[in-house]
Amino acid sequence: MTDTSAMTDTSEADAIIKIRGLNKWFGVLHVLRDIDLSVAPREKIVICGPSGSGKSTLIRCINRLEHHQQGSIVVDGTELSNDLKNIDSVRREVGMVFQSFNLFPHLTVLENCTLAPIWVRKIPKEEAERTAMEYLTKVKIPEQANKYPGQMSGGQQQRVAIARSLCMRPNIMLFDEPTSALDPEMIKEVLDVMVDLAESGMTMLVVTHEMGFAQQVADRVIFMDAGQIVEENTPKEFFENPKSDRTKLFLSQIL
Amino acid sequence: MTEGFHRPQTEMIPNRAAPASSVGIVGWVRTNLLSSWVNVGLTLIGFYLIWLIVPPLLMWAFFDATYIGTDRFACEDRVGACWVFLDQRFAQFLYGFYPSEQTWRVNIALIMLIPALAPLLFDKMPGGKYLRWFSLAYPFIATFLLIGGFGLEEIPTNKFGGFMLNITVGLAGIFLSLPVGILLALGRRSQLPFVRIFCIGFIEVFRGVPLITMMFTAAMLLPLFLPPQMSLDLVVRVIVVVTAFASAYMAEVIRGGLAAIDRGQYEAAQALGLSYWKSMLLIILPQALKYSIPGIVNTFIALFKDTTLVIVIGLFDILNIGRSMVANPDWLGLGIETYAIIALSFFTVCFSISRYSLSLERRLDTSR
Ligand SMILES: Nc1ncnc2c1ncn2[C@@H]1O[C@H](COP(=O)(O)OP(=O)(O)OP(=O)(O)O)[C@@H](O)[C@H]1O
Ligand SMILES: [Mg+2]
Repeated sequence: MTDTSAMTDTSEADAIIKIRGLNKWFGVLHVLRDIDLSVAPREKIVICGPSGSGKSTLIRCINRLEHHQQGSIVVDGTELSNDLKNIDSVRREVGMVFQSFNLFPHLTVLENCTLAPIWVRKIPKEEAERTAMEYLTKVKIPEQANKYPGQMSGGQQQRVAIARSLCMRPNIMLFDEPTSALDPEMIKEVLDVMVDLAESGMTMLVVTHEMGFAQQVADRVIFMDAGQIVEENTPKEFFENPKSDRTKLFLSQIL
Repeated sequence: MTEGFHRPQTEMIPNRAAPASSVGIVGWVRTNLLSSWVNVGLTLIGFYLIWLIVPPLLMWAFFDATYIGTDRFACEDRVGACWVFLDQRFAQFLYGFYPSEQTWRVNIALIMLIPALAPLLFDKMPGGKYLRWFSLAYPFIATFLLIGGFGLEEIPTNKFGGFMLNITVGLAGIFLSLPVGILLALGRRSQLPFVRIFCIGFIEVFRGVPLITMMFTAAMLLPLFLPPQMSLDLVVRVIVVVTAFASAYMAEVIRGGLAAIDRGQYEAAQALGLSYWKSMLLIILPQALKYSIPGIVNTFIALFKDTTLVIVIGLFDILNIGRSMVANPDWLGLGIETYAIIALSFFTVCFSISRYSLSLERRLDTSR
């Protein structure tokens, strides 16, 4: 490796996600600037920052829903490039949960959960259904398996979306503001599921403004502004002792 | 008791039946026909119009009609309709010039259409799995039955005619234009410039030229351009033209359905690792086609009625047969009856398609 920082940092060698010098533009808009980030296996990272700061774009680069123009992203040993094979293998390892759930409305909850295992991982239907019921039980809605998403509350839909991702047995889970489309009384049921998942040892990158969740679960909190990582710290330090003024301003606005 | 406050309800209120005037037939009549004075007036006018039109129509069509005879002279002193020609010319209306001792083949093909369509139209069918293979094989079986060969007497397509010709061209057009339309709609959104330009070109050309023009082109010009050993059957050429025309419309209808689908659906499919074709087939198209059902059915119905345009290239579909019969001295003056029967034939088919599509939309609505 040519990167010298990789040799000095001991945790670097076994990082499951390695991002180096990442830059991304939308047209002329420079939305990610010189991002460096390493994520260790089983690590939980919370990403926060003002609207438009590039949080979504950053995690969407990790499963290549967006492609970057400069720098490198290595996920579980696979470098993301235009090579379709690499993209497929990364997407199989990385699950994603969206702000707007994005469940497939024409399929039942169970079918939502078994579709990708059957068609992408080629798992037999019975086995896929067994796994799906297992995860639906973990997110506490096994009894809704035969309903359609349109018949469920937002909190239930988001828990199905989490189960759907887990059915692919990913090593890494990305969450893009998973609770910000939900009514207050449903936020907790989704966060509870995410806390359970964190405790099971999943590697997680979570974009969220739920600071209680960050304090309870995160190993590191990352603060982004204008496409840059401005501050990066343990939750305790981050909330009690923010270093940059921008972080202080942001925290004063949301807490 | 304090004025202005409601007493708190201390007990659960049991279910009570709704008032009789709001449910059942009485309730329906009250809310739909007699809800206001304007509504009462409209109801009365409506009943008057029905009384004005329906009884005389029934008298003409059934009670005063003449049914039996060999030509129009059987109806000399008639007051009602003359249905004599039906008895005499029924076979021609249905089969055209298809040899009468072979029409059983058309009938079998038509009867076999029912089990072939069943698994496509209805979800849960006993033995649906095997029927689906039958559905796939049906176009070949039907072609074999109608045209013959392999031991069956061969019947050239220029003997095809009557309603059977409309149904053959219509069905073939319907079943080909849907997949072609889907491919064109997807191609129109493709990242590959050549695919996109080809699809846009195809759609615009076939949508921009009248179907009649294309029929003439297919009948007269195509043979001039094709090498002489490549003579395509006229009915096949008609099917190709009708399909190309309908799929251009179909592509635009489906493009509308595709545009209605949220970007999140594509992203969720991608994030789960589904390839382009899998996410199209499993996620995007099922939803897009559902949104497009009204437009698709519109195109189907228009296509089916447009099969009558084969009249301009000299094929004898049901309309052309009716037209030439009316011109025949034996049957002069039976225009209304003839065209009424033809209209009724088309209406029956189109109305059935329309009713089916409504029930399909209800079944696919998963939000309730
Ligand atoms: N597809 C796109 N095309 C053009 N510009 C985009 C696109 N997606 C995002 N942007 C722009 O990139 C910048 C970063 O967007 P991003 O969605 O990553 O921000 P964010 O931090 O997730 O904000 P939010 O909290 O509002 O979700 C914004 O200025 C946004 O307008
Ligand atoms: Mg965002």
